[in-house]
Amino acid sequence: MAKNEIKYLTAIKQEKPKKKFCRFKKYGIKYVDYKDIEFLKKFVNEQGKLLPRRLSGNSLKYQRKVTEAVKKARQMSLMPFVTDLYK
Amino acid sequence: MNNYELMVIFTPVLSEEDFKTSQKKYQDLIAELGGSTVHTNPWGLKSLAYPIQKKTTGIYWVLEFTLPAEGIEKLKIQLLRDEQVMRHMVTRLDKYAVEYNYTKRNGGFAKLDKTEA
Repeated sequence: MAKNEIKYLTAIKQEKPKKKFCRFKKYGIKYVDYKDIEFLKKFVNEQGKLLPRRLSGNSLKYQRKVTEAVKKARQMSLMPFVTDLYK
Repeated sequence: MNNYELMVIFTPVLSEEDFKTSQKKYQDLIAELGGSTVHTNPWGLKSLAYPIQKKTTGIYWVLEFTLPAEGIEKLKIQLLRDEQVMRHMVTRLDKYAVEYNYTKRNGGFAKLDKTEA
C-alpha cells in the first residue's frame, strides 16, 4: 500500500468534456460574414490567432469559411494579425 | 451579372463632401460599366486594428453591387489609381451571402441570436 495512495469511497467523477458541435450545422448558418467581428472573435484566441478545429469544434467545410473570413477581416484591418489580450 | 461587395478604406483626412463625391464617383462608374448598386453603407471614421500608411484611423465604406465580370478589372484600376483610397477589397458574393446581406438589412437577425455558444 503506497503511503500516498488515497482511497476514495466513491469513484472520482472525471469532468466529462462538453460535447462539441458544429454551430454552423446546428443553427443553419450558411455564410460567415467577414464584417461581423463579434462573431469571428469566437474563433480567435487571445493573441488573435485562429483556433484549430479541435478547439472550435467546427466541421471542415465551415472551418474553411471561418478562416477565409478572418483573413479577409485582417486584410481590411478589422481584426489585428497579432495582438495581446485581445477579446 | 455577378454580385460583388466592395469595401474601401479612405484616408481619414478626407472631408465629408469629398467622401460623398468619391462614393458617387464609384457608383457612377459601376452604373457606367453596366452594373447597378444594391446597397451602400458608409461606416465613416473607424480606428484601424493596425496602422496603414502610418495612419491609425480610416473612413470605411461598404458597397454591395452587381456587375458583369469583365467590369471588375476596370473598377480595380480606378481604385488603384485613386490616392485617397488606402485599401480596397472586392469580394464575390454567392447566393448565401446575398441572402445573408438581405436578411441582415431587413432586421432578420433580431430574434435569431446566432452568437450564443
